[in-house]
Amino acid sequence: MERKLSYVALFAALIAVLGLIPRFEIIPGIGITAQSMGVMLCGTVLGARLGGLAAALFVMVMLLGMPIWSGGVGGIGLLYTGKVGFILGFAPAAFACGWVMERMRGSVPLAAAVASVAGGMVVLYAFGIPGMAWGLGKTMGEAAAISLAFIPGDLIKVVLTAMVTGAIARARPAALLSRA
Amino acid sequence: MLSLTSPRLTPAHSWRAGSKFLALAVLTVLLFAPPQGWFALALGLLVLGAASATAASWGIFGAWARLYRPLWPFAVLLMVWHGVTQTPLAGSVILIRMAAALGAANLVTMTTRLIDLQALVLWLARPLARILPPKTLSLAIALMIRFVPVMAERAGLLTSAWKARSARPPRARLIAPLALCALDDADHAAEALRARGGVR
Repeated sequence: MERKLSYVALFAALIAVLGLIPRFEIIPGIGITAQSMGVMLCGTVLGARLGGLAAALFVMVMLLGMPIWSGGVGGIGLLYTGKVGFILGFAPAAFACGWVMERMRGSVPLAAAVASVAGGMVVLYAFGIPGMAWGLGKTMGEAAAISLAFIPGDLIKVVLTAMVTGAIARARPAALLSRA
Repeated sequence: MLSLTSPRLTPAHSWRAGSKFLALAVLTVLLFAPPQGWFALALGLLVLGAASATAASWGIFGAWARLYRPLWPFAVLLMVWHGVTQTPLAGSVILIRMAAALGAANLVTMTTRLIDLQALVLWLARPLARILPPKTLSLAIALMIRFVPVMAERAGLLTSAWKARSARPPRARLIAPLALCALDDADHAAEALRARGGVR
């Protein structure tokens, strides 16, 4: 119980830190936030239930007023911006990511990549696009078209998540709870 | 502590967190109720003006205005979009409503201590007590709040160590060691919790 609780809390903190540190730029000079990668990692490392809980804890503490959303902002005010769908989609995305990871056997990096696409992209955009449509007063098609700009960055994050999950599987195999 | 709560005390700091959130909920329902048009724009401007005047009168305008940073990309996007489609009124209503709601919500966030917000969440989570005990939830929130600055510092140390060895920026190379550090810290925290009687 203690181990699960601390894993959930620490991975929630990891999502926060990945969003706070601009030095994790993937392309020099272009600030692609690594925060959604933290959500992918929650699922691929902790599995569906604990990964979803870690992402939910992050969202709750961020909405409580900690400036841990990418760019150092937070609070309930973010629910009134076009980000609302992505915020509310973090926990389901991490859960879906972990659910796929738990059911895939074989290569850890390959499973992590597939799980990240399913959870961190398909499920996250399923929440993010309607949220953007509501927040920006656009149609779903228009919001989806705007979201296309984020796809290349997300694909890079999928590759990085697969590599990091693979590194964890080699360095701390017992910590990969999604494969326990 | 890492928090958006204003260190400058305002009259609203002594108001009950639940009352402030209820007032915010009512305000936003009213704000988004009218159909898009001049009345909706005027109402949005009124709420935005009231929020900024309140922030100014409480001496927290600068910090309050800085919380608008996440809105800028959307503001630019909306201006370009509605400029191209020649629907400036619709674009203005969307933008002003979003700014007004964000401003009001940020006033609540800035004038409510994190511990009061946490108490409100624990109270709201009471119906879920059988599946999510309040004590466990409270401990998870406290652990996370404690570990955000610890992990940020760890990330800074890893960056410094990288810079000592290479002239190139670390970019994404620090994510794997940071994740491994998080796992090690989680194991240490779990041992410490068990040593103190565990979570029951």
